[in-house]
Amino acid sequence: MGIRERLSGNEAIAYAMKQIDPDVMGAFPITPSTEIPQYFSSYVDNGEVNTEFIAVESEHSALSTCIGAQAAGARAVSATSSCGLIYMAEMLYVAASNRLPITLAVSCRALSGPININNDHSDAMSVRDCGWLMLFAETNQEAYDNYLQAMRIGEAVGLPIMICQDGFITSHAIENIELVEDDKVKAFVGEYTPQHTLLKNPMAVGPYATPVYYIESKRQQAQAMIDAKRVVRAVADEFARMTGRQYDLLESYRMEDAERAIVIMGSSAGTAKQAVDELRELGEKVGLIKIRCFRPFPAEELAQALRNTLAFGVMDKADSFNAHCGPIYAETAAALYAQGVGAPKGISYIYGLGGRDVRVESIKRVFSDLEEISRTGETGETYRYLDVRE
Amino acid sequence: MTYNLKQNLEREERLCGGHRMCAGCGSPIAIRTVLRQLEPEDKAVITGATSCMEVSTFMYPYTAWKDSFIHNAFENAAATCSGVETAYRVLRKRGKVDGRYKFITFGGDGGTYDIGFQSLSGAMERGHDMVYVCYDNEAYMNTGIQRSSSTPWFADTTTTPVGKAVPGKPQKKKDLTRIMASHGIPYVAQTAFTKDFQDISVKSHKAIYTQGAAFLNVLAPCPRGWRYPTEKLMEVTRLAVESCVWPLYEVCEGVYKLTYMPKKKLPVEEYLKMQGRFAHLFRPGNEWMIQAIQEEVDRNWEELLHLCGEACSAEKR
Repeated sequence: MGIRERLSGNEAIAYAMKQIDPDVMGAFPITPSTEIPQYFSSYVDNGEVNTEFIAVESEHSALSTCIGAQAAGARAVSATSSCGLIYMAEMLYVAASNRLPITLAVSCRALSGPININNDHSDAMSVRDCGWLMLFAETNQEAYDNYLQAMRIGEAVGLPIMICQDGFITSHAIENIELVEDDKVKAFVGEYTPQHTLLKNPMAVGPYATPVYYIESKRQQAQAMIDAKRVVRAVADEFARMTGRQYDLLESYRMEDAERAIVIMGSSAGTAKQAVDELRELGEKVGLIKIRCFRPFPAEELAQALRNTLAFGVMDKADSFNAHCGPIYAETAAALYAQGVGAPKGISYIYGLGGRDVRVESIKRVFSDLEEISRTGETGETYRYLDVRE
Repeated sequence: MTYNLKQNLEREERLCGGHRMCAGCGSPIAIRTVLRQLEPEDKAVITGATSCMEVSTFMYPYTAWKDSFIHNAFENAAATCSGVETAYRVLRKRGKVDGRYKFITFGGDGGTYDIGFQSLSGAMERGHDMVYVCYDNEAYMNTGIQRSSSTPWFADTTTTPVGKAVPGKPQKKKDLTRIMASHGIPYVAQTAFTKDFQDISVKSHKAIYTQGAAFLNVLAPCPRGWRYPTEKLMEVTRLAVESCVWPLYEVCEGVYKLTYMPKKKLPVEEYLKMQGRFAHLFRPGNEWMIQAIQEEVDRNWEELLHLCGEACSAEKR
């Protein structure tokens, strides 16, 4: 039986880090993830962990130190948000290419400009193609649980991993949480014993690769991401055996006979579930699919889950500014097309940018749109902003 | 450390031949010399900023580095090295690493004076037990001779071409060595490979074996960018030192010390005239530029003498 506590999402991540006791943390403050290195450095300074904390001068250096440390055979971690994450972008690619399973906690926040410190997914979505594994949490509990599973997944496939949660909404809100006992965490996460490191036999990392070799290295990265799907599930199953909390690539909520569905990621899934419940009370056949694992993208699973719906809305807390849809919508549509699922009508909703509140009523409006579309067969504009003053 | 060139050269080369650096380039000589000062029983992890040196010595699947080597990006070699060094301290504490490791970073002036400056400043301020070596060839040579903040005044580069309106680089060279000394780190030195290589060798050994952060600035001429005949590498280096364009000194725990006093300070023309990048200075009507450079060199030299507690040239006379 776990330990009952009340923690904010940032605190939960810092606590998970403490239980894991990684070797090196390189971090730089940025709202709303700042608390993570803040809590963690108090663990360091009180001798509660053996980790070396490197208080760097930028996020770029934070990830650079992690790359050096992980290549040297250490478990390296960091935490960031928003502009900090995209300032790391160049190094995100290098970490993935060097196949270094660094763990990065992301408390998602909008990007400048205008400058805004509140939640959306513009930061995480802007680095979605860097080659990192990405898990998203709906609640503080999920953020904590995902973090405990992160290193097992990343180290198994040799890819770095981001554990994303919603800035302020879960990062700062205090919720009831069930923690896993320290010894169980240690046993679950295990030791990091890479075969090659800078501090074993001489090893060279980060070469210049000519066209003769470059594409093969990318193909290997692609394969690691493909292989990760199986690993994410296997680690989730093992975690469920330890805690009773079962995770998957995505969560289907009341989708059994759903004619209308929304696809959503992060904390707003909780609000949306409430909307689903209330509409179900009224006899409406509505459901929800929550993406937990965004990288690798659960394309087949998502297509299967949407197969029998008449209409669906994809909720994106970031815009691609491509004049037609948000990033999750684009991937969802591609997944459906690849699977030969052409029947449901899909709408791309951009919502919640810069911390715009998302209420049960907001989600109900989406379902109402979807009802009209499924009844009339007319989609109208497929690229829509939710709850915006026009 | 008693220094003997012959004995020093008998040490194992830790950057082996077969790399693709140009003939007449100063940087592999600087790097080999620095690495020879590692005690043979010590292991090392070398970090390289993206540069000529990096792409020429580590082209997959070959590496010229006998020690572990990591290249990350252009602007973050110091941060990367600080991560490796930190990992070493933790893993040693946890009994997971054997042997003594030393941590040395190499970057060109672009990766050090300019784009990597923040990362360097951060790593030095944090006091990691590492040496950052800048091989200063005074421009972005890898991308084709563009100006950096290290490029000297009036030099002809591909982004400060000598034109009808602008006669080469309008700005003076940034004094990085003194900026690094201002970080208050235990050891900072400016050096070059001249004569029997004693200056660079002794300073490298000190830098590597001083506990904490150390910075070495090594003049590393580039025959493509400076436009001197490849066989004149040692000569151009010597003239930089003898003209006091590139004085040799160290700052040990904040104390400045001149490590080489030229017997007779040569006029800057001697140094400038053998380099194509300064050819326009010798055209009629451009004498003022040479004059300006001479005045700048004199002023910097007097200031350095003052910092080093040496009598200034005028008093000596």
